[in-house]
Amino acid sequence: MDLADTPQEAEFRTRLREWLGRALPSLPAKPSPDDWPGRRAYDLGWQRTLYDAGYGEVHWGADPAVRMIFLEETEKAGAPYVGANFVGLLHAGPTVAAEGSDEQRARWLPPVLRGEEVWCQGFSEPDAGSDLAALRTRGRRDGDHYVVSGSKIWTSHAEVADWCELLVRTDPAAPKHRGITWLAMPMDAPGITVRPLRTLAGSNEFAEVFLDEVRVPVANRVGEENDGWRVTMVTLSFERGTAFVGEVVACRRVLGELALAARENGRWDDPVLRRRLGRLNAEFRALWRLTQWNVSEASEGVPGVGGSVFKLRYSHARQELYEAAAEVLGGEGGTALDLEQPWLLDRLSSLSYTIAAGTSQIQHSIVAERVLGLPKGR
Amino acid sequence: MRFQLTEDQRALRAGVRGLLAARFGRERLRATMDVADGPELDRGLWRELGDAGFFSLRLPEEAGGVGLGLPEAVLAFEEAGRVLLPGPLIATHLAAGEVPGAATGEAVVTGVDGGGVVEWLEAADVVRGDAAGALRMRSVDPLTPLHRAGEPDAGDRADVLLTSLLTAAEQLGTAARVGELAVQHARTREQFGRPIGAFQAVQHLCAGMLVRVEVARAAVYAAAVTVDPADIAAARLLADEAAVRGARDCLQVHGGMGFTWESDVQLYLKRAWVRARRPGAVTECEELLAAALLSEAL
Repeated sequence: MDLADTPQEAEFRTRLREWLGRALPSLPAKPSPDDWPGRRAYDLGWQRTLYDAGYGEVHWGADPAVRMIFLEETEKAGAPYVGANFVGLLHAGPTVAAEGSDEQRARWLPPVLRGEEVWCQGFSEPDAGSDLAALRTRGRRDGDHYVVSGSKIWTSHAEVADWCELLVRTDPAAPKHRGITWLAMPMDAPGITVRPLRTLAGSNEFAEVFLDEVRVPVANRVGEENDGWRVTMVTLSFERGTAFVGEVVACRRVLGELALAARENGRWDDPVLRRRLGRLNAEFRALWRLTQWNVSEASEGVPGVGGSVFKLRYSHARQELYEAAAEVLGGEGGTALDLEQPWLLDRLSSLSYTIAAGTSQIQHSIVAERVLGLPKGR
Repeated sequence: MRFQLTEDQRALRAGVRGLLAARFGRERLRATMDVADGPELDRGLWRELGDAGFFSLRLPEEAGGVGLGLPEAVLAFEEAGRVLLPGPLIATHLAAGEVPGAATGEAVVTGVDGGGVVEWLEAADVVRGDAAGALRMRSVDPLTPLHRAGEPDAGDRADVLLTSLLTAAEQLGTAARVGELAVQHARTREQFGRPIGAFQAVQHLCAGMLVRVEVARAAVYAAAVTVDPADIAAARLLADEAAVRGARDCLQVHGGMGFTWESDVQLYLKRAWVRARRPGAVTECEELLAAALLSEAL
């Protein structure tokens, strides 16, 4: 068991730190959260900057330990997150890389790496959230096209995306995991309507996407027809323990800032609150260690206990962090109720963590059945 | 960074597990507790542990020890926690090299802890700290005799840290074991015509146990590598929680059977309680970790 960087890792970390120190000061100002074209331009610009500096492919194929160092150092330095490039870099891109044809790789991958094209994800549907395999959007074969009708929901960045990685049902008679196909749908195709969806935090983070007889070329299919479920599962495990590296680092920073704020405003003298912050310190330290454990395991190619265990604990801990923030910062003058307080928006956003990407209840069942081998649940 | 067990560490863990399975199985456990005057320390087993290097694990080879480090000690104590191995294991381990005979298991060493409690006082050859006039308690744990000493012992700071870390390792072993017992029971026990493990309510209890174990494991192993006081405090908090809550959830999964004397679940829960109040317990850990937030943020 070793927690120190190898010489190669240390060299990468130092080089990255030096580069971040030079690159970050010249970044343009961050756009407002509701300025979608501005966000797109900003996020693509950052990806282009990374690409030009030789870090464009750090998420792909790199040693997970190197990727962890990248995420840790960029977060510590306050660099932008993947943002609008999330699906392209972390999901659709790796899917195409692993399962696509040479032609498909040549068409779709370079624009993602160079920060030229944005992808969104067309997986969830109003009646198929955590039960993804229940999706009903139809893809009917018509010559060399699929004709797609249905609707998708919770689609981040749909308003500014060039492509959508889309799951459609191509064989309604097959068992529900078997009749699904993975398609790359151009977002400018006729028949697509994007409607922003306002969240409880007041932001237009997501959209609904309505599909009315949209024609998608058969050439845009990745993997075989009706094999989309397997194609998707291959890449859902792609992140291999590194998915939350930046978030854990960010939570540790927020917790340190909360402690300093509590000392400033006197709330530190409340032993109950102080110890609660101490316990959160234990929580995020342990989550950081679990990240390092999972990343080391992934580096050896061993399938680990996996993301569900981490996600269950992390999503809960992050919500607890903002509950504690309300205790520390929200005591006076109604600030706990003031949406101008940036931490209050974080608190509202954190409510999604136990729901998104499979609810905590579904994650518990996944752990029980797939990791612990308990019988299929009712 | 390679934060995984090495081949040698895996072999060590397997060796300790094998030794304990052969020498301290369930029958031995029940026989030890079912003694009228309370449990007796098995001196033969203590010597065997000494021969196997359990106490001298971290002593340098020049001093007759095994010359391994804290991560290896943590793995050995985790195995002890899995089978509820009784005795003042940590005090004797920490005394190796200082108290003659401790390293080889010839001497049994105990100590007065920070709360003024002494484990296995009557069985001990050597007591560290002032245990004069200590009064026997009716110990909640049928496998750990307890005395209350007059004066708490602040103890050597390094010893308190190591005690806390090795306690966390024992708790981790217990937490992992009660998780396995719960899953075994949930797979086989049938109610309403199917295994109870098919009910989501039971599934989610078991999954929660595993999550606590995995988080605690990462924290305990990391603390063994860094020996950083805040890392040790985090490991201790999470391992105590994993063991105590895990044992309670295991009892719940076992239903009425879990509430009986015959079930081993009670033994895991009671031992977890005894360990959880050793020095470096909840409040102290939380305060230390809170203070660390300030010093790290500055």
